[in-house]
Amino acid sequence: MIELQNVSRSFTVGDQQVSALRDINLRMDAGEYISIMGPSGSGKSTMLNLLGLLDRPSSGTYLLDGGNVTDLTDEQQAQVRREKIGFVFQSFHLVPRLTAAQNVELPMILAGIAPEERKQRVEVLMQNYGLSARADHRPDQLSGGQRQRVAIARATVMKPTVLLADEPTGNLDRATGWEVLKLLEGLLEQGITLVVVTHDTEIGARAHRQIHMLDGAIRSDERHTT
Amino acid sequence: MKLTDTLQFASGSLRGSPTRTLLMILAMSIGVASVVVLTALGEGARRYVVDQFSSLGTNLVIVLPGRTETAGLGPGMLVGQIPKEITLDDAQAIMGSRAVKRIAPLTVGSATLSRDALNRDVVVLGSTSDLLEVRHMSIGVGKFLPAGDIHESASVCVLGNQMKQELFGNEQAVGQWVRLGDRRFRVIGVLSSQGESMGMRTDELVIIPVASAHQLFNTSGLFRVLIEAKNRDSIEQAKSDAEAIMFQRHAGEKDVTVITQDAVLATFDRILTALTMAVGGIAAISLAVAGVLIMNVMLIAVAQRVKEIGLLKALGAPPKQIRSLFFAEAALLSSIGSVAGLVLGYIGSTIIGQVYPSLPVSPPWWAVIAACGTALGTGILFSVWPARRAARLDPVAALAGR
Repeated sequence: MIELQNVSRSFTVGDQQVSALRDINLRMDAGEYISIMGPSGSGKSTMLNLLGLLDRPSSGTYLLDGGNVTDLTDEQQAQVRREKIGFVFQSFHLVPRLTAAQNVELPMILAGIAPEERKQRVEVLMQNYGLSARADHRPDQLSGGQRQRVAIARATVMKPTVLLADEPTGNLDRATGWEVLKLLEGLLEQGITLVVVTHDTEIGARAHRQIHMLDGAIRSDERHTT
Repeated sequence: MKLTDTLQFASGSLRGSPTRTLLMILAMSIGVASVVVLTALGEGARRYVVDQFSSLGTNLVIVLPGRTETAGLGPGMLVGQIPKEITLDDAQAIMGSRAVKRIAPLTVGSATLSRDALNRDVVVLGSTSDLLEVRHMSIGVGKFLPAGDIHESASVCVLGNQMKQELFGNEQAVGQWVRLGDRRFRVIGVLSSQGESMGMRTDELVIIPVASAHQLFNTSGLFRVLIEAKNRDSIEQAKSDAEAIMFQRHAGEKDVTVITQDAVLATFDRILTALTMAVGGIAAISLAVAGVLIMNVMLIAVAQRVKEIGLLKALGAPPKQIRSLFFAEAALLSSIGSVAGLVLGYIGSTIIGQVYPSLPVSPPWWAVIAACGTALGTGILFSVWPARRAARLDPVAALAGR
């Protein structure tokens, strides 16, 4: 469960204060499928960074699973990211010198999980995502869809409660994009909270709850029961 | 994150850019190798000098006539005084000291050595049978000077190896007669070839009993008295005893100088050790340069891998972990560089050893440890800043590659 209370975020650009987010109040329940839409500069990326603890709000409070994570130290926030949050990026962000399997293994290495368990979990995930044959390939030997599947495997290997996807289909063709989206939606069955940031209305419309942003504020927040 | 994983990840990123890694290892290894080779040379020079000194004899104390004043002129010299000479009886009196094992009085002169029509100008040493032991000489054929009353002038001589060759060729020399100045001597022994020690070639010497030498050169004074102390600890005692005995016998006049071989040796030892350290220190500068290079390349690596660092942060790597990843990289680089440098250095020392066989070239252990320590130290020290910079990157900006 995520709760933002009166969250604002402003940047100093030159000698001007620019507000990226203005006084946001938002509540997301566990297992929800949410899309955040809006034009560039509307604050949706800033919102995602705040939700992922990559950025700190200028004011306001962020509660994750009932605990206040706003005032945690860098080390503590890193731990929260490691255990509770998964990221999927538009440009995949795979480490080029590591194989697909090693990329998936990376979060578990950082968490200090024993090698045997790491190997086992990677194998299961690669199997589930149809990547077994590609396990020893480096990212530049993979297609875009395969790369994003590797990235999703990496984001879910630590069994996070929240998955944040920033334009996950942005660098993919339509067909592959749909495939990737289906894969993400499949995670909802495991009770994950899925937040997708996109400016593609067709993709955004698939979410059960759609948030439209404009100028750093929430313009609409609609729920669909499809 | 486990230590083995950290090292593995770091070595992975080093392998990821092989050219950069190889160049850094090369810089580091040249630094270590130059320390090893240069200190090996210095240490070789030191050992060479020490060996030369100990070939003179062990636990030596040397008495020489006259007082050497460090301030220049001795007080006696102003009034034209000639220091009183050391006599054979003085030398024998020194044997009274408990700290003295044996003595060898020494008279030196030059004379013409001749056999039939062949003649040579030679350095003649007048001494006693104990000289053989005191100076660590060894006899090749026949016997050395006979023991007995040192005042007795026997007409016998011992030839250096080269003198024997020049006068007798391959003939038997022992038992033959030679002429030395205006006297005849019977050859009773030939020294085995020893080469040079401290500028005196024993191969070109002729040794006769000290009393015979006094008659031959018409003197009664000694050039030196070589004293061998009982052991290393009694060297100082032997020295002060010798001084006291000479002081007493010369009517309260301090007109001899007593030096110990150890004192001379220690001075050379200190000078050459200091030299070795200085040379090693200069070589260590190249290590510091290698350290700066590591810092520079690490900073570039941080800039190049901004996205990767951002990703690691997003995946939950705390700043501490990012820092230790970069430290591990630097430590790996420096240790591989150190090992490569040691190998290079030892190969270099061996080559120098082959080229100059008389120089005992081998790097001292302290230099090897210091070189590796400095390499590791600078490598890690100079990676502090890049590692901190990486750890402080803002994850959002880093992920965007800014």
